[in-house]
Amino acid sequence: MGRIKIEGLSKSYVNKRSKRRDPHDPEKKGAVIKVFDDINLEFDDGEMVCILGPSGCGKSTLLRIMAGFDQASSGRILIDGEETVKTSPDHVFVFQQNGLLPWMTVWQNVELGLGHIDDEAEKTETIQEYIDMVELDGFEHHYPSQLSGGMQRRAELGRALAVNPDVLYMDEPFTGLDYLTHLKIREEVINMHSFIGKTMVMVTHFIDDALIMADRIIVMNERPAKIMMQRKLDFSRPRNIEKEPGLRELRDEVFMMLGVSYVA
Amino acid sequence: MIFQKKFLYPVFSFVVIVLLWQLVVLYSGWSEQVFPGPEAVLNSFFELLMNGALFNHSVASLYRVTIGFYLGAFFGIPLGIVIGRVETIKLLVNPVIQFLRPISPLAWIPLAMLWFGIGDQPAIFLIFLSSFFPIVVATAIAVASINPIYFQVASNFNLSRIEMITKIVVPAIVPEVVTALRLTIAIAWLVVVAAEMIAVQSGLGYLILDSRNALRMDYVMVAMIVIGIIGLILDIIMYKLGRLEPIVASMEHN
Repeated sequence: MGRIKIEGLSKSYVNKRSKRRDPHDPEKKGAVIKVFDDINLEFDDGEMVCILGPSGCGKSTLLRIMAGFDQASSGRILIDGEETVKTSPDHVFVFQQNGLLPWMTVWQNVELGLGHIDDEAEKTETIQEYIDMVELDGFEHHYPSQLSGGMQRRAELGRALAVNPDVLYMDEPFTGLDYLTHLKIREEVINMHSFIGKTMVMVTHFIDDALIMADRIIVMNERPAKIMMQRKLDFSRPRNIEKEPGLRELRDEVFMMLGVSYVA
Repeated sequence: MIFQKKFLYPVFSFVVIVLLWQLVVLYSGWSEQVFPGPEAVLNSFFELLMNGALFNHSVASLYRVTIGFYLGAFFGIPLGIVIGRVETIKLLVNPVIQFLRPISPLAWIPLAMLWFGIGDQPAIFLIFLSSFFPIVVATAIAVASINPIYFQVASNFNLSRIEMITKIVVPAIVPEVVTALRLTIAIAWLVVVAAEMIAVQSGLGYLILDSRNALRMDYVMVAMIVIGIIGLILDIIMYKLGRLEPIVASMEHN
């Protein structure tokens, strides 16, 4: 299960470098920078959620706090009613790039989170199952540097799924891929999501990706970020923005919201 | 293979040097005692090779370097890892290391002789000192510069503290540490010659000192050439070590 509830989440930090210069800061404590303030969200189990926003709006910070890499200033995150404060294999983070350990083969990388399985045969079977799932059979003993960008992304997905998490967090998972690989991996993630039905929260700045993939889109604005739009998308799949007037309208709306008034 | 540029050009350089050397001998007017020529040195080389002196002295030097270097790596790498990982240890230990590091190992000679007497031990101690500090510093820097993503991955998958060291830290620093070892063994090899000029009765450094006392500059030159050759071989070995597949794999990604 993976019902996520975010309650009154805020994040701010003190910019110590501003200390000496800022005339509005007589106590020289440093300027307090609010990344986002009082975020409240709720995602259903098995939902694919895409968070959109301009760069620097704190959407990655939000995701990192949800994963437990960073601490919120106030508020809390509940998964299935339980507060999460630290990292856990129950909710796995897929990094923008280079999340694979370069000194380990694909096999060893997938094995990383399976230390709790004592039975060797079961472990081997699990590793192979997930390597097959991301279609990397035959590349088990390759190092990440010997794989293409798309294959690296698939290997990391396989590693994340192998621990059977309730939630998967993805931070700009298509960054650094060429256009065609981007589209292919996107399709694979969609298929994988409909197959395993786990809650996935993805941060992206590609509006089209969000519209094609998401069950729910969240749009954030610039700092201090607030939720500007939250919408459930129940268009049929596979989706095609050009052929679906509802998606086209929504895209125009999101572009407007993000300050791009005319898109050809 | 053998006629490729890569091999031909270095050979050419050495041939030129030997020719220049011979020219200086022929036209400088210096006596053979002061400046022996290539031929005399080559004859002395075979003489020392045949009577076993060269072999014994080389083995004695290599033995000291190996032991001292291994001790330096054995204590230096773990200490470097701890300094790189634990802020408190870093604050406690790092200033002391940075203070001791610029003191030449040779400055320790009087104390080394007093503490360890005559023989292999003071020489090994000096080699240890000359390897230990550079290895500690290079390891600590390598650990501190590990991509934080790898630690986040480790904590995401609930790796234990020990696994964090064995699966993340150690493999991550291998390329940098191998490079540091390569530089360090060169330093150790420099220091052993100096260390052997005191306190011991064997080794290539001793051969140089002993030959000088006997005014045999041809032997001095033989010893110098052998030191150069062995240094080259040590460097090649360390270089090959750095080209092993898993090491290269982790370097390509960084």
